[in-house]
Order: sequence, then C-alpha cells, then structure tokens
Amino acid sequence: MRVNFTVNGRKQEADDVWEGESLLYVLRERMGLPGSKNACEQGECGSCTVRLDGVPVCSCLVAAGQVEGREVVTVEGLADYAKHRDDAHPGGACASGACGTSVDAAQRWQAKPQDGRSAESGDLSPIQQAFIDAGAVQCGFCTPGLLVAADELLERNASPSDQDIREALSGNLCRCTGYEKILDAVRLAAARQEEAV
Amino acid sequence: MATTGTPTNITQGSKTKGGIGESTLRPDGTLKVTGEFAYSSDMWHEDMLWGQTLRSTVAHAEIKSIDISEAVAMPGVYAVLTYDDLPTDVKNYGLEIQDTPVLAHGKVRHHGEPVALVAADHPETARRAAAKIKIEYVELPVITDEASATAPDAVLVHEGRDDHHIGHVPHPNIVHRQPIVRGNADEAAKRADVIVKGEYTFGMQDQAFLGPESGLAVPSEDGGVELYVATQWLHSDLKQIAPVLGLPEEKVRMTLSGVGGAFGGREDISMQIHACLLALRTGKPVKIVYNRFESFFGHVHRHPAKLYYEHGATKDGKLTHMKCKIVLDGGAYASASPAVVGNASSLSVGPYVIDDVDIEAIALYSNNPPCGAMRGFGAVQACFAYEAQMDKLAAKLGMDPVEFRQLNAMEQGTIMPTGQPVDSPAPVAELLRRVKARPLPPEQQWATAGEQADVRALPGGLSNTTHGEGVVRGVGYAVGIKNVGFSEGFDDYSTAKVRMEVINGEPVATVHTAMAEVGQGGVTVHAQIARTELGVTQVTIHPADTQVGSAGSTSASRQTYVTGGAVKNTCEHVREAVLEIGRRKFGSYHPAWATAELLLEGGKVVTDGGEVLADLVDVLEDEAVELELEWRHRPTEAFDLRTGQGNGHVQYSFAAHRAVVEVDTELGLVKVVELAVAQDVGKALNPLSVVGQIQGGTTQGLGVAVMEEIIVDPKTAKVRNPSFTDYLIPTILDTPTIPVDVLELADEHAPYGLRGIGEAPTLSSTPAVLAAIRNATGLELNRTPVRPEHLTGTESS
Repeated sequence: MRVNFTVNGRKQEADDVWEGESLLYVLRERMGLPGSKNACEQGECGSCTVRLDGVPVCSCLVAAGQVEGREVVTVEGLADYAKHRDDAHPGGACASGACGTSVDAAQRWQAKPQDGRSAESGDLSPIQQAFIDAGAVQCGFCTPGLLVAADELLERNASPSDQDIREALSGNLCRCTGYEKILDAVRLAAARQEEAV
Repeated sequence: MATTGTPTNITQGSKTKGGIGESTLRPDGTLKVTGEFAYSSDMWHEDMLWGQTLRSTVAHAEIKSIDISEAVAMPGVYAVLTYDDLPTDVKNYGLEIQDTPVLAHGKVRHHGEPVALVAADHPETARRAAAKIKIEYVELPVITDEASATAPDAVLVHEGRDDHHIGHVPHPNIVHRQPIVRGNADEAAKRADVIVKGEYTFGMQDQAFLGPESGLAVPSEDGGVELYVATQWLHSDLKQIAPVLGLPEEKVRMTLSGVGGAFGGREDISMQIHACLLALRTGKPVKIVYNRFESFFGHVHRHPAKLYYEHGATKDGKLTHMKCKIVLDGGAYASASPAVVGNASSLSVGPYVIDDVDIEAIALYSNNPPCGAMRGFGAVQACFAYEAQMDKLAAKLGMDPVEFRQLNAMEQGTIMPTGQPVDSPAPVAELLRRVKARPLPPEQQWATAGEQADVRALPGGLSNTTHGEGVVRGVGYAVGIKNVGFSEGFDDYSTAKVRMEVINGEPVATVHTAMAEVGQGGVTVHAQIARTELGVTQVTIHPADTQVGSAGSTSASRQTYVTGGAVKNTCEHVREAVLEIGRRKFGSYHPAWATAELLLEGGKVVTDGGEVLADLVDVLEDEAVELELEWRHRPTEAFDLRTGQGNGHVQYSFAAHRAVVEVDTELGLVKVVELAVAQDVGKALNPLSVVGQIQGGTTQGLGVAVMEEIIVDPKTAKVRNPSFTDYLIPTILDTPTIPVDVLELADEHAPYGLRGIGEAPTLSSTPAVLAAIRNATGLELNRTPVRPEHLTGTESS
C-alpha cells in the first residue's frame, strides 16, 4: 500500500508498504531516518518515541497505515520543531529517500573536536543541548526517544518537579546512565528556558 | 534533592584546554542527540539482504534431520545455510575454549542455539522462510545444576573434551575449578568466638544493552569480507571469525559501528560469523539485526551462582577465617567461564584481612543459557555473599555493621588470599566512613508536611494501594573489591597510532586505536590525553578498525588504563620526535633546546620554566610525525591450580554503598529511596564521565537486587522471559537519587595514577540494597533478586 504523511514538516510518500510494517520500520528503512531507535520493538523501552500529531508514541507499536494523513516528528526534526514550536513548524530534516547510514558515510565518520560543542552554533534544541552539557549521553541508544519525550514534557510543563520528570520519562529505559544525568539535563533545559523568557 | 554533579574534590589537570582532569564533552554527543550517529543497526547498503537466524526450540536434543526445501523455494529468499554449508573444517569458535558451534551440528545444547540461517530481500520474508525450516529433534535429559551435572550417569555436555582445563576438573561437566588455600582455616576456626554460615543464590542477570546485536557484512572483490559491527573487541572477533570462514585475517576487515551499550554482552561472537557466511554465499551485502527476543538468546548472561560461606570472628570483632564454595553455572558453552572462576575465587574474601582461607570456585557446563562476561565478572556474586556474611557476623557480635567492616578492612600492604600484596591505596574504611557520614534522606518523603501525600514516591508508585501505612524504612551498607584489567598472566596490551601534522595552519593530532567505544567515553578521554601530552587543541579520533593493532577488550574496567596508557605512551614518543625536529631546525638559536626539559603546551614548544621556544606550526611545517606503538601494563601471573597462589591481578578498584529503602510489608513492594556511593578512582581524567559511570553501574546493581532475572525453567532449561515486558530493568521511577563521592588516591603504577572505575559500583550496590531490605523487614533474604513473595511469605515452592 501507499502511505502519505508528514515527517518533520515535509510531505512524504511511502510505496509498497507491507500491511504489517510499523511506523518505526518505515521511518528507519524507507524514509532514511534511523534516529528513532529499534531497542525492543515491543513498546517497552521508549527508544523509538516520536510525536504523532503532537502526542508521544512508540513508533514500533504504530502500524504504518495508521499514520495516513497525519503528522510525525522524530528526533531528526526536533531542533526545527522546537525552533518553530508556535508556528506550523515548516521545513524538515532528512528526506533524501536513501535509507539509513551508507557504508561510505560510516567510513568517513570521525569524531571531530568541535562535535561536542557544535551546539553553540544554535543548531540544537534546548533539550538536545542540555543532554550534551549534563553528560546525559553515554552509549546514546535511548537518547533520541528520551529527547522527544522530554521535549514534550517541557512543552506542557515549563518547570517540572523531579517527580513530574520521572513520571514523564518512565516509559523510556536507559541502561547506561542511572538516570541522574538525564534528570540533570531536563532540569537544566527547564532552567535555561526560564532564563530565556 | 540535588545530586552531586561534578565532585568538588577532583583536581584540575593540564594547561592545554580540554586536557585530562576536565569534564570535556563527548565528541560524538551532537550526532547522538540529533539521531545521526550510525549504530550497527542503522547501516545500509544498496542491494542489501536481511539475514535471519533459526534457533532451537529445545534445550538439549539430537538433531535427526533438517529440511530446508520449503524455505529455499520462497520468493525473495537468496540463501539458506546449515552446518553442512560451513566452508572449512573449523566449525567452532570461543573466547578461551573453541566449543561453540557456528551452527548446531548433531546436537543442540541450549534453548535458542543457532541452527540455520536465511538471507532474503525483506526482514519479514527472512523470518517467514526461517519458520518454514523443519527440524526433527530427539530430546535428551537436561543438566541444570551441580547435582545433575556431576551425577555418576550424567550425560556429558561436551564429549571428548581436550582443552587444557580438563586435567584439573573433577568431572568433564565442570568447565574450570580454582581452589585457593592459604593458612589453615580449620585451625583458625578454633579461635573464633562466633561462626556464621550462609547459603546464597544469585539469579541470572542480563546485560540488557539497548542497541540490539546487529551489523552489516559486505563481500569484497578479493574474496574477503568487510564487517561493520558493534563489539567490545574487534581483534578478538577477528581471530574467531577468520578461521571459520576459511579466510586469512587480512581478508576480514572489521570496522566498529556505533555500539548501543555492551556491559560484557558483546565480548562473545553473536551475528558476526553468520552475516559474513551469508554475504560470502550470496555475494551481496547482508544485514542482521536481532529483535529483543532474539537478543536474549544471542548473548551470554551473568553466571547465576550458589555460594556456600562460613566465617568466624573473635568477640572483639576480628575475622578469624573464611571457607567458601562458589558454584557458577556457565551454561552450554565455556565463553569466559574459566576467567570468571579465577575472579570469583581470588576476590571471594572481599576487601577484608583474613589470613586463613579455604576457597573453591567452579563453573559448570549445563544446558542452561551460556554465561560469560558481565560488568563485575565473578566478583559481583561473591560480594553479594560475603557482604551478607559481614552483616550476620556484626549482628551476632552486637556490633555496628560499618564499624565491624572497618575493623577488618584491608589497606595498602594487605596480602590477598592469593599471596599478592596490595601495593596501591586501598581506602576501604574511608569509603565506608564517607557513605555513612552522609546525611540520611528525610523520612516519609511521600508525606510532605501540610500537603497531600505524593503517592508517586511510595513503594509501588501510582499503582500502590497504600498511603504509607505499613511502610518501613531500612538502611544497609556494602563495600566491594574488583580487579582491573585482564588477570592471570594474560598478555593484556593495547596499541595506539598517533599522527601530528599542521592542517589549515593549526597543529592537529589524530589518534587511531581499535578501542571499542561502547558508551563509556573512551573517545573523549583519548582526545584529552592527546591534548595534555601534545599541547594541541585539535584532536581527531579515527574510527576504530582492524587496520591498526589490537586495543584489547572494552571490559574489565581496563580501557582507560590500557588503551589510555597506549595513547599516552605513543603521544610521548611523538612529542619526542616533534622536539627532535625542533632541535634540528631551531636548536642553534637558543641553548634551551638542548639543556631544558621541553613541553608542548597551547600549540607551542615551551621550557619547564615557561619560556616559549617555538610555535608547533613552525616546527612541523609540512612534516607529519606518525607512530604506532604497543603498550603493556606490568605483567601478572597465573594462579597455581592447586593452591591459588600467584600475583594474578594488575590493580584493584573499590566502591562502597549505603542504601536507604522503604518496604511496603503488606504487598512486598520495595522503593529504593537513595543509593549513596563512594569510590576511589585514582585520578578522574573526566569527572563528568566518572560520575556517570558510577551512577550507571550502581543502577545495574540495584536492578539485580530487586527485579532483574532471566528465569530458566528447571525442568526444560527453557528461558521463560526473553522480553522487556518480562525481564525488568530499572526505569527512572525505580532508580533513586545516587549521590556520588569521588576519591582520587593515585596508584603510582598506573598512567596518571588512574584506577579502572566501570565495574566496582556494580558490586556493592546489590548487597547494600539487600542489607537495607533486611534491616527494614528483619527477614534473612538469601537470594537475589528479592521479589514480593519473598517479603510477604507467600512464595510457592
């Protein structure tokens, strides 16, 4: 079947989608957006969290056909979404049509000194920057899902209590950090947002 | 309550910005927060196929027949492989003993063993084809514990064993045995005023890394294969992969792709060989990605254990002797079991002074899931038992449990049960003092005065049925000792290639190692070391691959020590070469080139007096300096197989925990309120990462204390809970505040004085939580994890 939907502000069309395919599979393998992660693919870990018409969902539990005509935001579009939160969040991230990371791209990848700080150029959303600054990223596999969930929390609750943060992120497993630095990151992003107002 | 962010007692290091001692940020951080970082499951290649493994549905059986005809005939299927399709006579692999079949032949020995492989053009096609393969099994009785393994008529899990451990084990179903005898425990027991005995059970824990086993194999034109994969040790994989493919090592080119956590679970081969076999057979790139269900069968777990302990003490609180037997279940294949046995035995006394000991540790072959490396590696199980024993002794003597431990705590100079002296700081008593001195969290945090109770903070959270009645609090302590690096005479070296040159008018260093970055932050630390040693700001970390010498494994808390040491050593030699160029060019202009101690700082050559002699840009001009060097820490030696004596370990790492728990005694629900930790790190190269590692390790220990366990049916040896629905790991709601107190007592034998940190916090976290639950409930609780039925007395037998 063909599925038409909007991803990160850009209209997308996926052809030959098998009825059992998940939104996660379509994003990762057909749209070239591997940012949503495939940690459990059973709705338990939250690593594939995206926003579907604004609501955080596990994209592994959403059948591709369910997104027909709807709007999806993934971690790849998070910075743009945060920037244009109040408008119709136009623009968009990757829409190249190529899937995943090519071997060439992987071979070319090198950790450059400026990578850890490139955020100073303002390309990241506040929650993405806070995750880097607070040391909340280790292996990083849980990070995209946590970022989408945390960004949604801060959108509806600008100064969450620790219990609020814990409740909002309770559907996202992290195996590396012990969550303390994730709490730090959400607090940091909230504090920076308050300063900015 | 705010947690400790960056500890204040950590000193600042080098003069070039971003050097060691600073909390510099991860070089891969931006890619990871934008979703662009390429994990092994994100790899993609034009025209690629998807690989699928078919696994056994029974634990122990003879394979009568395999029928692949229907699978092969399916449209979209490119290859179906079984044991008969393996290309050479080498059909097994393994870390220490080559006993693991690439694909089962003749027999399956555990539930979920790989039997056949499929490559197809869509992952669902591959799954459906695998389901069409028909296997006829004749089931055999299962070996599931020590009694069934060593019974006189026991079926041998591996017939005709000829590995070098076989000569030292009492039964072929025992992988390895390590006794340690020092002093005379029977004689010393006569001096004891109190003796306590205990039998402890440690459940099977899973690493549960989030990024599933995955990778991409691409056939190359020379008949070899390129493999992009998430692993902990590229060169160890290479040594196991090349022989079964029938290829020389140089034709198997491996590149590390993004690793989503490891914790020991990626030390063994999972899908590496399978993907290469399918790629070489089909001539097309093949990607394999396990789903979570398969991941539970695709890697080894932490050894479950039975531990039998006896300790004695005099009435003034001095330990007299210790006897123990530790039985680890290694499952169907050896994996790292021999080394786990070495650790469990040599660290079975814990961080205490006991001169008279009688120790035996064994690992079984069984039909349970294979067990191998996991964070803490044999020391975790022992710590759970000896710390419970310490509390029992203190209670029997009427002493404070912390004071009792401090009275018997080891220190620098203490002789280990293996006869090895501890020759660097061992601040065991001080770590305990620090966690004990920390103020306790406020009582009944759920019932804030004058406000409505916040039921989310109660045991069970929102789903509970209590509003605080029947909730009791307990406090418990534990401390542990872990070895750092590979022990028992293993040649534990690493290699680093460092290049220095001028790019766009700036001096730039490139660091190339084969170190697996699994999330621990090695890439951050390597750049910091290069900045410190070479005085440059710009450092590029080259991707890890097999085009450079081995870095050893990212495990045993060793990478910062060993590969960090290799980077430091190579940088020092590069620095010397750069200075030599400087002397050649500018030596005649200033006598200091020949007479002063010279350093590289801030992009310049400076004397130790701070005088600037030249810019690095002018020294190097268009020359590049590049060196690749191996580096070793001081050697260790094997333990004697009868007495366990020997200088087996490189370095020790220590952590102490205080747990505060609240227990709903009616429902058997536990809420861990706080888990305070103190750890000696020798020298914190990156304080932010150090704290993150300690908190993460602590949380894994919490998990095994109250929820984590792979449950294996004792009658069928089948795994009952291979999913994140049924295998529970702590969520942010289960994890308390984890305040961290970091000590930096330098180990003079280690680079920068550092001490491996990753594993120690996993050891003492579990027994501290158990001690706190015992303190709250008065129950004995000799197994982990503790479940509600253990707390309410409703356990069915």
